[in-house]
Amino acid sequence: MRLLPFCFSLLITVLLIFILDQPIGTKVPMPLGSFLSPQTGFWQNAEDTAYNYSVDIQQSDLKGNAKVYFDERLVPHVFAENDEDLYFIQGYLHAKFRLFQMDLQTKAAEGRASEIAGPVAVNYDKEQRRLGMKFAAENTLQVVEQNPDALARYTSYTKGINAYINTLTESSLPLEYKILNFKPEQWTNLRTMLLLKMMAKMLSSGTEHDLENTSLRAILTSEQFNLLYPQVPDSLLPIVPKGTVFPKPMHDYKLPANVDSAYFHNQRIVAAQTRYREDKDNGSNNWVVAGSKTASGAPILCNDPHLELSLPSIWYEMQLTSPTSNVYGASLPGSPFVIIGFNDSIAWGVTNAQRDVKDYYTIRFKDDSKKEYWFNNAWKPTQQRIEEIKVKGQAPVFDTVAYTLFGPVIYDGAYTDTITRQDALAVKWMAHHTGDDGSAFYKLNRAGNYNEYVSAIKDFECPGQNFVFASRSGDIAIWQQGKFPDRWQGQGQYIMPGQDSSYLWQGYIPQSENPHAFNPERGFLESANQRPVDGTYPYFIPGTYITPRANAIEHFLSRMNGISVQNMMELQNNNYNILASQMIPIFLHHINEAALTAGARTYLNTVKQWDFEAGPYSVGQTIYQFWLDSLQRNIWSDELGKTGVKVPVPEEQTLMELLITDSTALGFVDNKNTPQVETLRDLVTASLNGAAVKLAQSEKEGRLEWAKFKEPAIYHLLKANLPSFARTHLPVGGAGSVINAIKKSHGPSWRMIVQMSGTIEAYGVYPGGQSGNPGSRFYDNAVDSWVQGKYYQLWMMQKGQEGDGRVKWTMSFIKG
Amino acid sequence: MKFFISLLSIAILSFIVGLYTSWWSVAVVAFVVSLCVVQSPGSSFWSGFMGVFLLWLIIALLINAANGGILANRIGGMLGVGQSPVLLAFITALAGGLVAGFAALTASYIRKKV
Repeated sequence: MRLLPFCFSLLITVLLIFILDQPIGTKVPMPLGSFLSPQTGFWQNAEDTAYNYSVDIQQSDLKGNAKVYFDERLVPHVFAENDEDLYFIQGYLHAKFRLFQMDLQTKAAEGRASEIAGPVAVNYDKEQRRLGMKFAAENTLQVVEQNPDALARYTSYTKGINAYINTLTESSLPLEYKILNFKPEQWTNLRTMLLLKMMAKMLSSGTEHDLENTSLRAILTSEQFNLLYPQVPDSLLPIVPKGTVFPKPMHDYKLPANVDSAYFHNQRIVAAQTRYREDKDNGSNNWVVAGSKTASGAPILCNDPHLELSLPSIWYEMQLTSPTSNVYGASLPGSPFVIIGFNDSIAWGVTNAQRDVKDYYTIRFKDDSKKEYWFNNAWKPTQQRIEEIKVKGQAPVFDTVAYTLFGPVIYDGAYTDTITRQDALAVKWMAHHTGDDGSAFYKLNRAGNYNEYVSAIKDFECPGQNFVFASRSGDIAIWQQGKFPDRWQGQGQYIMPGQDSSYLWQGYIPQSENPHAFNPERGFLESANQRPVDGTYPYFIPGTYITPRANAIEHFLSRMNGISVQNMMELQNNNYNILASQMIPIFLHHINEAALTAGARTYLNTVKQWDFEAGPYSVGQTIYQFWLDSLQRNIWSDELGKTGVKVPVPEEQTLMELLITDSTALGFVDNKNTPQVETLRDLVTASLNGAAVKLAQSEKEGRLEWAKFKEPAIYHLLKANLPSFARTHLPVGGAGSVINAIKKSHGPSWRMIVQMSGTIEAYGVYPGGQSGNPGSRFYDNAVDSWVQGKYYQLWMMQKGQEGDGRVKWTMSFIKG
Repeated sequence: MKFFISLLSIAILSFIVGLYTSWWSVAVVAFVVSLCVVQSPGSSFWSGFMGVFLLWLIIALLINAANGGILANRIGGMLGVGQSPVLLAFITALAGGLVAGFAALTASYIRKKV
């Protein structure tokens, strides 16, 4: 034996293995040896393009046998002998195709993102925990556990997910686990509830601006505030058609005695702030046209929910058939049931209600221990949750969250208000205490007519949704459903005093008085996140409403007759910028062409020719956007900047409405930082001159066309960390305020059209693919169709069609 | 002849053992084979290196061909080596080959007479 070379060689071997067996910093989070090994690593996730999904699966948890038929787009058509098996298989399939996304989303919901992402996510986790996400999920689970039938369904679903997780080996782990170097955890019913709370947060947690409003009121009079942030916009076309008469409400609330001095006239700049606000355009379109307006004589229902676009998509398409159910549509991995879809009698879709269901209360702690707070003239104990946030690669971080009668104290000296340490704010949120919202979808999946649809959704509490409905028997309807506080005028618009019970919610709007409409004479109904009712609705319902898309939808639907499915496809992809069509004439009326630079004049001429279509190749849309942004900055920033904190600028719609009647916009047009008084003419002109400089720069870079400028993209869930997993530079038009609401990486996450004829005819598409595996050809196979505005016909498979050519693979679930 | 026997044994055994164990089992296999088949240190190294290099290269290329390069292009982008599945397969094979080569080399010094 040659000792020296032996030791040297052994050292190199061991060192090589050591280096390749662990992550190298944050840039390379995976151990390269196992990641590269073609027998365990990423190569194992490179799926054969001719992969055979047919397989027999034996499961002792099943009550009977079941079959899953996959079509050419890998959409599963599940046929089970009972409901429990149905949801077991749904869980199994969600996990098989989307495990990482379910795992990531529920971990993020619970405030455990740092376990995966490291120290960068600690503040995110703190905010999730301080918002009480897990608290909310636990409360809902307690309700679920009191209903044995519901519990059995959720439990079957959970078992199905775990049955799949238990098959995983080192080599068959989904790719993202290999990249990030962690293992999936067992699923629980609580995680399903967490996923649903994540949706509640996405849709009902950014719909209030109490903190910002409080700061705004420190610099604006109540008259100014109400005009800049109006409750009922002038051009509103509400969900419930105008002219509907509402019943008189039975209010019995009491205004707090000190409401003027302690609330309405006691506002200040708030240092506490939300760090992770949901996208304000998390919204959607849905509409339904009655048979009287369609070519076929049958109603047509349309829906496109606007959410963050990602790969894999938030949706997973499937058909679920059991003796009690035959339903097709978009499901949400992490939750059982079909969320948006149709069965053999009805179709339904959802948009977000945008209602404010979250309030803040000032809390006076006795001392820094946060153990007691002043309430109703006494020190009352808080319940404390000591939150341990585990951090990848570092020691855990601890955070103490005090729970009050209102809810958890979300902001205090330890989180976001670390400088002034004045604001201890408790958050009261509808999602903290809800019933079993998920089971509304279980019932909706089985509803056969209008009455069953109403009874299916009536217990759905949060996030408030506009459920649009059509039946094969010819009915159309819409309900804005949710549980909403019955507020006194102004309640919860600003931070409220939390020193006694007088500012608490005193009751809820009766469910039967939620805004709704049934078979209206005009033959269509629509919702696009606008205020649901006009000013005659007898309740105070603040929210973050969006007006223009609904106006565009009504503009077209009211003029259409003999509507075909093709017409509806075109409308979902419609890029008409209705707001620009109203704003541009105002701009042109006030522009001083003589004071324009040569460049600005060229752009002005282009805008004058513009047809207001925000298509991918539109130059007019880009110019308009630059011009508008520049004008908005010029009008608002001198005054609103005085708050020194981030506040929302008035909506484009509000500005347009204001300028129609008052060209000084209440005096805001004047720049307070200059001695002279600016007019709208000065600002419109200067804004275009300013915009022209930036436009020239964009033009030089070849980015003047709208899609080239906004660069629409769909990223992998791990976002910019994995650019090669994304689809970028997509040639799509659209904008937040047009029907085709595509922003940079946000927009129609599922487009569905259902014609309720004798044989239901349905079409759908979403920008992604059925497989979450980046190594599968089904990862992003539908993106191009979505980009081109094309649809797939959705196949509601019937028993006896097993031999149909559309069936490509069969998965057999065998009891045993 | 010994060289090819060693190379083939390492390749075949690495494949079989690799189905059940971690990636670094290639080192154990190369070490044991090299201990059994006495060769010069140089030949030992190259039989270990080539055995696993070729094994991993072939598996990676076969998987890639069936996959149409979908994933290798994405991973190549992620690891900063560009959209070249062949280069990625080569890097993969190099990592495995080096570990096995040095393991085989180490074993050869045990049998080597001073």
